[in-house]
Amino acid sequence: MRRVTFPHMGNLCITVKALFESLDVEFIIPPACTKRTLELGTKYAPELACLPLKINVGNFIESIEKGADTIVMTGGCGPCRFGYYSEVQREILKDLGHDVDFFVLELPKGNVGEFIKRIKSIVGNKSLLTVARGVKKATKVALALDELDRLSFRIRAREKIKGKTNWIMKKFHHQVQKVKSAEEILMLIENTKKELKAIEIDTKVTPLRIGIVGEIYTVIEPFANFRIEEILGDMGVEVDRSLNIGNWIMEHVIKYALGMNKNRPYEKAAKPYLKTMIGGHAQETVGNCVMYAQQGYDGVIQLYPFTCMPEIVAESILPTVSTDLDIPVLTLIIDEMTGEAGYRTRIEAFVDMLMRRKERNVAVDKYILSGN
Amino acid sequence: MSVKIGIPRALLYYEYYPMWKTFFQELGLEVVLSDPTTKTILNDGVKHCVDEACLPVKLFHGHVINLKNRADYIFIPKLTSIARGEYICPKFCGLPEMVGFSIKDLPPVIDVEINLRNPKSVLYKSFEQIGRYFTQDTRLIKAAFNKAMEAQKYYLKSIKQGKLPSELLENQKFVSPVKADLRIALIGHVYNLYDKYISMDILSKLKKQGIEVITPEQLEDAKIEEQANRMNKKMFWSFGKRLLGATLCLKDRKDIDGIIFIMSFGCGVDAFISDLCERRIRRETGIPFFLLTIDEHSGEAGVNTRIEAFLDMIRWRRKNEESNISAYG
Ligand code: SF4
Ligand code: SF4
Repeated sequence: MRRVTFPHMGNLCITVKALFESLDVEFIIPPACTKRTLELGTKYAPELACLPLKINVGNFIESIEKGADTIVMTGGCGPCRFGYYSEVQREILKDLGHDVDFFVLELPKGNVGEFIKRIKSIVGNKSLLTVARGVKKATKVALALDELDRLSFRIRAREKIKGKTNWIMKKFHHQVQKVKSAEEILMLIENTKKELKAIEIDTKVTPLRIGIVGEIYTVIEPFANFRIEEILGDMGVEVDRSLNIGNWIMEHVIKYALGMNKNRPYEKAAKPYLKTMIGGHAQETVGNCVMYAQQGYDGVIQLYPFTCMPEIVAESILPTVSTDLDIPVLTLIIDEMTGEAGYRTRIEAFVDMLMRRKERNVAVDKYILSGN
Repeated sequence: MSVKIGIPRALLYYEYYPMWKTFFQELGLEVVLSDPTTKTILNDGVKHCVDEACLPVKLFHGHVINLKNRADYIFIPKLTSIARGEYICPKFCGLPEMVGFSIKDLPPVIDVEINLRNPKSVLYKSFEQIGRYFTQDTRLIKAAFNKAMEAQKYYLKSIKQGKLPSELLENQKFVSPVKADLRIALIGHVYNLYDKYISMDILSKLKKQGIEVITPEQLEDAKIEEQANRMNKKMFWSFGKRLLGATLCLKDRKDIDGIIFIMSFGCGVDAFISDLCERRIRRETGIPFFLLTIDEHSGEAGVNTRIEAFLDMIRWRRKNEESNISAYG
């Protein structure tokens, strides 16, 4: 039987766990990302490859060390580099003497038969209906995880005793590794939500609100973004993450496979600034930035890995969005050399600036009111 | 006085200029080309572009600035895709926006999209859209389009017959070696190889030493295609495919003494392509491979030394191999 592994990306591992457990696939979750993971990736991947590729390589090597022989990942057909990750990674592992199979979950245009064959070789002799049920359950888990995260963002910014939310979330991530099956995961999520809701919050404060946009991996993977939601939340900022695992699976895997209509409000919002899809998540970045401004957010943070092509285009457009819609934007570029201290300092300075800006605006509003 | 259309002498100028020029001239426009790259042009580009962008895109910004006050329109098409199922690079997809939001007070930019990714798309449609900026006479546009296609065909034919884009477009003269002692393949994007300033005129440097140089443009397209198609997965970047396919073509040839791959720092496409090329060449052949990364800070002296060292290594190796053969022969 194959021993399947996959790259880390935020809550993806919990979702995949739910899927594989329901299908009785033997799998290995890559050890949590550490400095070693990154070092392995940096050592063996091309120097100027983007960070997600490097961390993926580290994940794969560490999973192979634990006995994995098959790698499952998603694909794409350009224009961004992600569509060619599997090929570059295959070559890297080959040169290292690791002879592993790659299963890229993509619909080779029109060739549904081939796609099904690939899936069967992983799940064995299960009916497609069983597979579909498994996928459905896993998607439910992913969406529930998104919701849990969102709740934690709201509570963390308002909790009276700092650190409560972090503690409960930490406990959750610890426990979720131990439970089996989608049902149990969902139950644990529900319980955790209850615990979060029981945290005493300060109802008088209206926290600053910051939207996070950018390249999906750096937005979603806490190891890559130094747990930016916690950094901000601990400063009393309410975060919204424009990209999440759940809606990513819905949009890019399920609707794509079924050829369903996609629901993309950001496309319209991006239009005056970026007319077309240019790969990666640039259109989301620009569109969501516009929407955050319209929804009255106090600021936007763009995250992306060094040399990320679509986000570089987005970055050159964002200053105009920022001026037009009067919303401050901070761009943070991450690579293997990024130090946490400097990164934090920049975020803190940005939040300070937003805070002062808000106070000033409130003062102006008051003045106008009293002037009437 | 006729309307002036500005074309930046950068990026795919080296690939498509004859076509654009003919098209606009046939429509009765005056084509204004930006000046050959200079330090000022490059610096202007660097100043007006995000730091993270690759050198060719920064340089493109500089060329647009060079045209800013000299043209009534600037031509920056959105080159999303030039072949079925393929793309060029995300930065080409977003180029008009990148430039438009980075440089203030530009004359109107013609940013018509060319997207041939879908099998049903028709190239003429984009040309008609471009033409309509200047005339509503579709017969005229159609005629200009046909002339443009002819010019492009002729250009490509001359290249396949051995002329380099810089000879055809820039009037650059090269001394061709009488008796070449080495044959080197120079792999890189057209805008890196044929911009004399950016490449630090590496072509002349090699040729002056009596080295025969082969560039991807001179290889047969069908062969490039065939080699690239041997990858596990379709290579979806058109020019990435050219560089990869060209390098793989060299694999089975016995007459190549070395490969120099020029890549711009921060080029996302080449970060992958150069790595794939290098791995294949090292794994399957003994051809020396040298990756030269250039950016706006590259000094000519440093680059020269590194190229010299590479060539010396090849010559030294050859000498040793020859003496080995004679020793055993
Ligand atoms: S979006 Fe950016 S980080 Fe992701 S694959 Fe593309 S270039 Fe790399
Ligand atoms: S292919 Fe490379 S050099 Fe060319 S525009 Fe894209 S990133 Fe820049």
